Amino acid sequence: MAHKELASDPLSLLNEPTVRIEPSRGWVSLKLRELWAYRELIYFLVWRDIKVRYKQTVLGAAWAIIQPFFTMVVFSIFFGRLAGIPSDGMPYPIFSYAALVPWTFFSNGMTKASNSLVSSSNLIKKVYFPRLSIPLASVLAGVVDFALSFAVLLGMMKYYHLTPTGNVIWLPFLLGLSFVIALGVALWLSAMNVQFRDVQYLIPFLAQFWMFATPIAYPSSLLSEPWRTLYGINPMVGVVEGFRWALLGTNTAPGLTILASSAVSMLILLSGALYFRRMEKTFADVV
Amino acid sequence: MSNIALSAERIDKLYHVGRIQDSYRTLRDTLSEAFVSPLRRASKILRGQASGAAELDDSIWALKDVSFQVEKGEVVGFIGRNGAGKSTLLKILSRITEPTSGYAEIHGRVGSLLEVGTGFHPELTGRENVYLNGAILGMKRIEIERKFEAIVSFAEVEKFVDTPVKHYSSGMYLRLAFAVAAHLEPEILLVDEVLAVGDMAFQQKCLGKMRDVAVEGRTVLFVSHNMSAIQSLCSRAIFLKDGKITFQGSTEQAVKYYCASVQKLYEQPIYLREDRSGGEQFRFTSVQFLNPRDMTPVNVFVSGQPAIIRIGYINRAKNKLEDVGIGITFSTMTNTHLFGCKSRVVGTSLDIPPGEGYTDCLISKWPLKAGRYVYNLFAEKNNISIDWLSNAGACDVEAGDYYGSGILPAPHLPGVLVDYAWRPTE
Repeated sequence: MAHKELASDPLSLLNEPTVRIEPSRGWVSLKLRELWAYRELIYFLVWRDIKVRYKQTVLGAAWAIIQPFFTMVVFSIFFGRLAGIPSDGMPYPIFSYAALVPWTFFSNGMTKASNSLVSSSNLIKKVYFPRLSIPLASVLAGVVDFALSFAVLLGMMKYYHLTPTGNVIWLPFLLGLSFVIALGVALWLSAMNVQFRDVQYLIPFLAQFWMFATPIAYPSSLLSEPWRTLYGINPMVGVVEGFRWALLGTNTAPGLTILASSAVSMLILLSGALYFRRMEKTFADVV
Repeated sequence: MSNIALSAERIDKLYHVGRIQDSYRTLRDTLSEAFVSPLRRASKILRGQASGAAELDDSIWALKDVSFQVEKGEVVGFIGRNGAGKSTLLKILSRITEPTSGYAEIHGRVGSLLEVGTGFHPELTGRENVYLNGAILGMKRIEIERKFEAIVSFAEVEKFVDTPVKHYSSGMYLRLAFAVAAHLEPEILLVDEVLAVGDMAFQQKCLGKMRDVAVEGRTVLFVSHNMSAIQSLCSRAIFLKDGKITFQGSTEQAVKYYCASVQKLYEQPIYLREDRSGGEQFRFTSVQFLNPRDMTPVNVFVSGQPAIIRIGYINRAKNKLEDVGIGITFSTMTNTHLFGCKSRVVGTSLDIPPGEGYTDCLISKWPLKAGRYVYNLFAEKNNISIDWLSNAGACDVEAGDYYGSGILPAPHLPGVLVDYAWRPTE
C-alpha cells in the first residue's frame, strides 16, 4: 500500500504522522524501514511460534532432533552401508548429519514460511502490519530447532573424536545464507500460495527434490570442475559443503561454489521480496 | 495544524465476484478460465449483453465515490444494511486492503478494532496473549507492560493470567480480548461491530469504554447494526447504501434512513431475498403467525396471548438434513436484541426432509409489549450456518392483558414481559 510517512516512526505518539492511503501501482518499494518499526511485532511472532511449536506433544522439543537424527540413521544404513556412497573420508553418519542440520533448518523454514500467510489469514484480514513480518518470523523461529540439532552435532563430533577447524567462524555466515535462501523461496511461495493453494501441495515435493539435488547423502566431490562450481547454482550446495568444511575439515573449501551460491541466494531473496510486495495488496481480499 | 482527523476523497473499491465467492483459486480454475472466459466474453458482447469492462468481469463496486471528512474529537457512526460497504470502508482506512481509486488522509495514530482477540493463541496464557495481541494491534512493549495491570483488572481475569486461554470460558476470553483493545490509545479509533459479542453486562461495559474514549476527545469511527448504540455514542452518522453515501448528517436522520431501507427489505417475500448467508441447500421461504386455537393466520400478536410461528423452508438436497437447529429472534426496530426461540436451546433436534415443509414454534404467552418489532431467522447444522437472514420481517404487537390484572406495564416503553408473581408480605 502506498502511503508516505511524513514522520519518521509510524507508531510514535509524539509526532503526529500523516498517512496517505491510495492505490499502489506497478513495482513498489520494499519499505524496510516500516518493517524495522514493527520489529517488536516480529519478535512477538517469533516468540509465539517457538512457544507454541511443541505444545501438547509428548516428546516436545526432542522433535527438533529426531527429524534430522533419524534421517541420518536411515541414510547411514541405506546410502552409507548398503550403497557404499563415499563420504570424503569421514564416518558416514557424521558426514550426512553435518549436512542435515543446516538442511533441516532450511527445509522446515521454507515449508513453514510458505504456508505462513495462509495460516495467518485471520490476522491479514483484520489488522494492518507489514506482511513481510509473517514469513520472516516463521523462518526465524526455526533457529531454536537449529540450535538443538546443532548441539547434537557437537556431541557426535566428540563421539568420533573430531575437533572443529578454525573455520567455524564462518558458520554464522553459512547459517545466514541458508536463512536467506529459505526466506527468499518462501516469499515467492507464500505469496503464490495466497492465490493458488496448489502451492501447498507442491512444497513437500519441492523440498524432497531439492534435498536429492543437494549433496546431503553424497559428497559433491563426485563431480569434477567446472561442474562443481556450476553445482553452486543450487545455493544449498554452498551451505551444506561449507558446514562440512568448517566443522569436519573436509576438502570442500567454499571457493567459487559459495560465491555462486551467495549470488543466487541474494537474487532469490530480492526477487522474492519484490514479488511479495507487489502481490501484498491483494492478500486481504484473496486469502 | 488543521482540525481534520481524517478525510476520504472519492474512494472506490472494486471486488471481483469470483474472488469473493471462492476466495482462492486452484491453478486449474485459472487455466480453464483462461480458455473459456474469452469465448464467454465474446459471446456476451455478440449477444449485446455487456458493454463496459466492469460488466464483463462480473465485478462489484463495494464502494463508489465515497468522500467524507471527520474532525478531531468527533464520533461518527457508519450505518447501512449488510453489504453496504461499511466494513470495506473501515478495512481501507485501516490499510488492510487498498482502494481501487481515490485516497484517504489520516492525521494521527490509528487503532483499528475490526475484531477482538485477533491473533489470540489458545495454547498461550492470558498474560502471553495480552503481549502478543497488544503487539499485533500496534502497541509497544513498554506500553503493554505499563497497562498490563489495568487490562487484566478490566477483563476481571486476575486469577487466571497464567492459565492458557483455551481453558477460559468464552466470556473470559472475550473480556480479555476486548480489554487489550480498549487500552489501545490511538488518536483515531476505527471500530467494527465488536460490541455485538458477549453478554449484556459486557456489552454495557464496552459501550461505557467507548464513551470514555469519545469523552477524552479522541476521534472514533464506529460501524454497527445496533441503532441504539449508534444513537447513544455518535454525534454524526453516515448512511451507506450499495457502496455509496446516501446521507450524512445528524444521527437521528441517518437512523431514519436506515429504518426506511430495512422496511423496504421485509416488504419482499422471504424466498426472494438475496441478502442472506449460508448455503444453497436449505432456505427459509416464509414466516406465518397463527392463532393456536383455530390455526388461522393473524396479522398482529397480542401481549400475553398464545401464538404459533410457522416457519416455512425448502430443502433442495436429495437427502434428509439431520439434526438441524432453527431459530427466530426478535429485536427492536433499532436492532437491539430482545429474545430468541431456538430449537437447540429447548433440546429439540429437527430433521428436514427433502422438498418444502414447515415447522411450528409455540409460544404460550406472547412476551412483547405493543409496538413494531423485527425478526431474524437462522438455521444451523453442526454449528455451521446453513441459512441466515437478518431483518427477515417485521411484526406488530397489540397491547394485551399479559398479567390478567387489567394493568399494562409502562405501555410507552418497549420491551419484554416476564411471567412472575409476588408473595403477600408476612
